[in-house]
Amino acid sequence: MRVFRIIRKSFRDAFKSVFRNFSLSMASISCTAVTLILVAVAVLVTYNVNSITEDLKDVLTIVVFVDSDATEEEISSIEESIRSISNVQDNLEYNSKDDIKNQLRDSDESMAQVIDTLTEEENPLQSTFVVNVVDVKEITDTANQIKELDKVTSVKYGESIVNQVVSMFDVVSISCIVAVIALILVTAFLIGNTIKITIFSRRQEINIMRLVGTSNTVIKLPFLIEGFVLGIIGAIVPIIITIYGYTFLYDYVGGKFFVDMMVLVEPAEIIYTCSFVLLLVGGLVGMFGSLRAVRRYLKV
Amino acid sequence: MEFIELNHVFKVYKNGVSALADVSLKIAKGDFVFIIGQSGSGKSTLTKLLYREEKPNRGSVFVGGINVGKLRNGNVYKLRRKIGVVFQDFKLLPKLTVYENVAYPLESYGMSQREIRDRVKKALERVGLKNKLRSYPNQLSGGEQQRVCIARAIVNEPKLIICDEPTGDLDPKMSKEIMDVIESINRDMGSTIIMATHDKEIVNRTKKRVICLHDGVLISDKEKGTYIENESV
Repeated sequence: MRVFRIIRKSFRDAFKSVFRNFSLSMASISCTAVTLILVAVAVLVTYNVNSITEDLKDVLTIVVFVDSDATEEEISSIEESIRSISNVQDNLEYNSKDDIKNQLRDSDESMAQVIDTLTEEENPLQSTFVVNVVDVKEITDTANQIKELDKVTSVKYGESIVNQVVSMFDVVSISCIVAVIALILVTAFLIGNTIKITIFSRRQEINIMRLVGTSNTVIKLPFLIEGFVLGIIGAIVPIIITIYGYTFLYDYVGGKFFVDMMVLVEPAEIIYTCSFVLLLVGGLVGMFGSLRAVRRYLKV
Repeated sequence: MEFIELNHVFKVYKNGVSALADVSLKIAKGDFVFIIGQSGSGKSTLTKLLYREEKPNRGSVFVGGINVGKLRNGNVYKLRRKIGVVFQDFKLLPKLTVYENVAYPLESYGMSQREIRDRVKKALERVGLKNKLRSYPNQLSGGEQQRVCIARAIVNEPKLIICDEPTGDLDPKMSKEIMDVIESINRDMGSTIIMATHDKEIVNRTKKRVICLHDGVLISDKEKGTYIENESV
């Protein structure tokens, strides 16, 4: 009961302070809003980049062509060798030249006629392995390694441009994470400063509170709540921008990033998570900022 | 152990000023003690040590069994809830009414509104300000403001009341009113009272224990003492 009364009073004081120092509150709210917008952009970009990279991993495969006169043993030794490469995923797929011949025959009629001119034994096609790699950036090295193997005539893999895009995405997503952390620190600092000013104007009050025997926790609580409230309010505009802005952008570009291969994350899947993250970041950052500010006044 | 005990207390401020040197004294529960001395003699420092506004450099300060010098910053509030402090400059919050100022400590302890109301009324009745509940501090005279401060100090019914020059800013008539209130608290509530002052009149008239400081050294401690002219020392 005692605790509830203290908490209720703290909330009342916190909101009173937000409105009493309205211009100051607005300053820190807008600062928070600006930084949180950037945080939102960074989060959305990182999320999309990761999703696209994942998608590309499935698309990017190495096709290994095996010499047509390779024996069964040679083929299985090739398979062994490919599997032993660390960057190769386990779902190695083998298509024998006869399978491919049958597939071609079934695929369409004109092709079937061409195939039928060959006898049962004749087969100009080559058996293939389809290799999925673990790390797409290493695909060139892996392909070259496979090419070196005996009885492998050639390898084919996705255009090198895709490869470069993926490497670039990696840089983008790391820089985004760094940016998010930096922005969060800046926001904490800004909210801390704002609250420091409101505390400065109330330091006499805090001093008296301490003299009459108010515990530090009870003194801190309203300021913590104030920081939290400022952070939450500061998150509202960025959340609106996230929800409507991302949906608009998604529709505008037709759900893909230049090419069909790079599909953007659907708005419904991401905007609510992102909003929640913004709310949480805003609130917590506000709280820690004000905690830092109020500590100074609670000594002695 | 006595209610209050100081053992060989030294206090030197950070700027090098030595405020107290080797002060030892004991004060029993329910006592009324004056601490006198010129400005800069260490009276204020002594009172500040008791409610842990300052920490001693050497020696120990015990209040109600608590080693005040060793008290951690986060636990100071526990000590201060047992002590009421009356300041020379009142330290009232200008934006709050008389009632709110007195209720302030109790609210921060999380007491229920009904209990707060009862206690605040009782405290304000004792200091004779029952009819000024809704006034703001700047609408009151100095003596009335000091009485609000006293009401705030006694509202939690503390065992110890520390007064740091409570009549310093008041004229003799108001001072007498304040003294009457403080004496009645000592008599009726049994609170220990420690008062730092340099008001000769008050000390001589009240006839209580007098502790005299000069340049941070305790130079006399007499039961039913009178004000000592420091020049004669």
